[in-house]
Amino acid sequence: MSIDISQFHDVFFEESFEGLDAMESGLLNLEDGAADVEAINTIFRAAHSIKGGAGTFGFMAVSEFTHKLETLLDEMRNGQREVTPESTNVLLEAVDVLREMLTAVQQDKDTDDARIALVCEQLVEMLGGEESSDVAPEGDTVATDSDGDQPIGWKINFRPHLHMLQTGNDPVRLLRELDSLGELSVNLDESQLPLFSDLEPEDSYLAWQMELISEVAKEEIVEIFEWVEDDCDLTIEALFSIAETTAELSEEAESAEPVESNTVIAETQLETPVAENTETKQKSSVAPAAASIRVGTDKIDSLINMVGELVITQSMLSQVGDNFTEEMLPQLIDGLAQLERNTREMQEGVMRIRMLPISFAFNRFPRLVHDLTDKSGKQVDLKLTGEQTELDKTVMEKIGDPLVHLVRNSLDHGLEIPEVRLAAGKNETGMLKLNAYHQGGNIVIEIEDDGAGLDEEKIFNKAVEKGLVNAADNLSPEKIHELIFMAGFSTADVVSDISGRGVGMDVVRKNIHSLGGSVEIASEKGVGTKFTIRLPLTLAIMDGQTIRVANENYILPLVSIIESIEINEIDIKQVSGKGELYKLRDDYVPVIRLYEVFNIEPQITDLEDGLLVVVEGDGQKVGLFIDDLLGQQQVVIKSLETNYRKVVGLSGATILGDGTVALILDVPGLISLYREPSSKQGLVKPERAA
Amino acid sequence: MSDEELQVNDSLDVMGEIEDGAEQFLTFILGDEEYGVEILRVQEIKGWDTVTNIPNSPHYLCGVLNLRGTIVPVVDLRLRFEMAECEYTPTTVIVVLNIEGATQRTVGIVVDGMSDTHNVMPSDIKPSPDFGSTIKTDYITGLVTIGDNMVMLLDIDRLLSVEAIG
Repeated sequence: MSIDISQFHDVFFEESFEGLDAMESGLLNLEDGAADVEAINTIFRAAHSIKGGAGTFGFMAVSEFTHKLETLLDEMRNGQREVTPESTNVLLEAVDVLREMLTAVQQDKDTDDARIALVCEQLVEMLGGEESSDVAPEGDTVATDSDGDQPIGWKINFRPHLHMLQTGNDPVRLLRELDSLGELSVNLDESQLPLFSDLEPEDSYLAWQMELISEVAKEEIVEIFEWVEDDCDLTIEALFSIAETTAELSEEAESAEPVESNTVIAETQLETPVAENTETKQKSSVAPAAASIRVGTDKIDSLINMVGELVITQSMLSQVGDNFTEEMLPQLIDGLAQLERNTREMQEGVMRIRMLPISFAFNRFPRLVHDLTDKSGKQVDLKLTGEQTELDKTVMEKIGDPLVHLVRNSLDHGLEIPEVRLAAGKNETGMLKLNAYHQGGNIVIEIEDDGAGLDEEKIFNKAVEKGLVNAADNLSPEKIHELIFMAGFSTADVVSDISGRGVGMDVVRKNIHSLGGSVEIASEKGVGTKFTIRLPLTLAIMDGQTIRVANENYILPLVSIIESIEINEIDIKQVSGKGELYKLRDDYVPVIRLYEVFNIEPQITDLEDGLLVVVEGDGQKVGLFIDDLLGQQQVVIKSLETNYRKVVGLSGATILGDGTVALILDVPGLISLYREPSSKQGLVKPERAA
Repeated sequence: MSDEELQVNDSLDVMGEIEDGAEQFLTFILGDEEYGVEILRVQEIKGWDTVTNIPNSPHYLCGVLNLRGTIVPVVDLRLRFEMAECEYTPTTVIVVLNIEGATQRTVGIVVDGMSDTHNVMPSDIKPSPDFGSTIKTDYITGLVTIGDNMVMLLDIDRLLSVEAIG
């Protein structure tokens, strides 16, 4: 009879979080002034579904909290309440709390009760005096309390419409809910039950008269029937004395005959599922939440088409293979070409499934800007463009934080307060533009503001003060801009709530680099700053250059290679007899002998016999000394960590056409191996001794 | 390869007559010694294949192998046990094991050859010897006598943990 509802928890959470996002963006839209009825409706609907869902799954704290939120929204919807910035702020706050509560429930953690209580109080305060009239919120009930007497319970008439079962609602669940509120007695009215021959199994013919002896508020009962309110006749009346109860009971007993037995059955059925519920709750908390992704059916359909073609190609090829003669060679070659095309299309199709529009990452910015401008007194106009540009889900998840950092930076350091802007002859409202588009195999994200721009002098002085550069250095503006990406750099005179702790930009660049991307700055003092981030569309496949060192082949990511050169002996410079530098035009780059950092038996030790690949990692250029360059190819990245562990200097592995494994080099890792050879020695020696 | 087939047939026979409460172990040869692992942990047995060296890894880690698209580390058990090195021949065998730990991992071990499968009653397992600090035996869970041979049962989760093979 009872269904294990815990299997729907994940869906509920996913939908609730989506609902919260919708509420948030709706609320932020409200702020623009126009109290759009449709917008309020959207917010209301989202809150309503969360409340209903939370109630169904027994997350009472969530559902109660949402109820208050919903009441407030309902008043706004009905025009009983003005939409003011204050109320919007409280609602946004409430959305945050709700998100926290849901996360806590999902991960089975404790909630921050103090904060919930605070926001709850604010909500109640907003509802204010109207709280008392709140008793009849939905308007679908008939009776109200006649006098001041506290009712001892409720008499509920519940007659589902014929089609109620088809809407997926189960009366038993409703009765069970009611039972949990207090002492419940149920009378079944099966007078509408047709002859068995006329019975439609999917229709609902039964009705119930119930008496609930409990001090619960009427709204709680109304809430239980919330999902079916349009699919049933429902009356809820207050009961005031036991005498009345019994009198009515006997009265009912006369009208509907086989009462007793039915009541008993109903009650026993109610007992067991409660225990089951607690059990399932525990089960669900153990199972880890698997990440899921929503995919448009068009993408799936196109994949199915491709699979169809693949199957055709396969059968064609196997036919050729069955009775192969030399005349069939052209056919075989055609087939293989077709197979190649199918495979490539499939690959692209599958990749597209992981692609999400960047609006998922952009959507949090309206809220961020709202909160920050509130605090700082700045006026900012946020413009989002290219929100439909798609990129890989994993890349999206990892780029979120760096983007937030850059936006916060623009708001805090870039855009000025209105007075300063006016004095500088600019519009008092600052402009912050986020843009995304595809370019080649990359996605480009731009963050542009028309604020003060980078103050080169200030940055330079600060860098000198922190000992990052020499005061005598003569740096071009671009080089100075680059300085803000160095660790421990911050020019904010006062460390503000928003930013200025100097841990930001270097982390931003590191994160972007770890995704195989790059970040550039263009800035002009007084005009504005523009950050341009380039990222690969996917992390699963990359362009690699195969290199050879002794007998080993490695893959070097093509993005990290600047150039490959033949080594000229004159340009090799020794540093204190050990380190080697190579003079590359006006620069000196350290030479890393790959066989040395990897401890492999070299075949070539004379620099002149090999090649130098100049690569960049962590903002530093180094030359890798290798034996030979082999081909370039696209490689599918496989993790070493799945079955082994992370290896310094390697970012993963891939499988070559001949089935062997080739390791993919990680340039920043190689640099750190080169700098601190101890990190690898320490790993190996104790093991050998063991 | 024919050895392996023989193995499969043998184990099928044994499975038919498994006693209640008995555990099945797959045994293999390493030098003159015989070792056993729980049969349910064995994913597959395959012939020696070329592996790719991992730089700066312990000497007993041969490298990584492409096992139908997953990258699987391979440990030479002889070297892990400080035994004399041995050349890999076409009869050298890789036993692919499932290791439980923080996550489930797949690790291959190189052994000299496969031996047999045995049903062992838990009561027949003798405690592992204590050599003090001279010989480390903490990855041996127990000893079993089969015929005239002593078989050492391995705690592969400990022997092949991330820390141990990293």
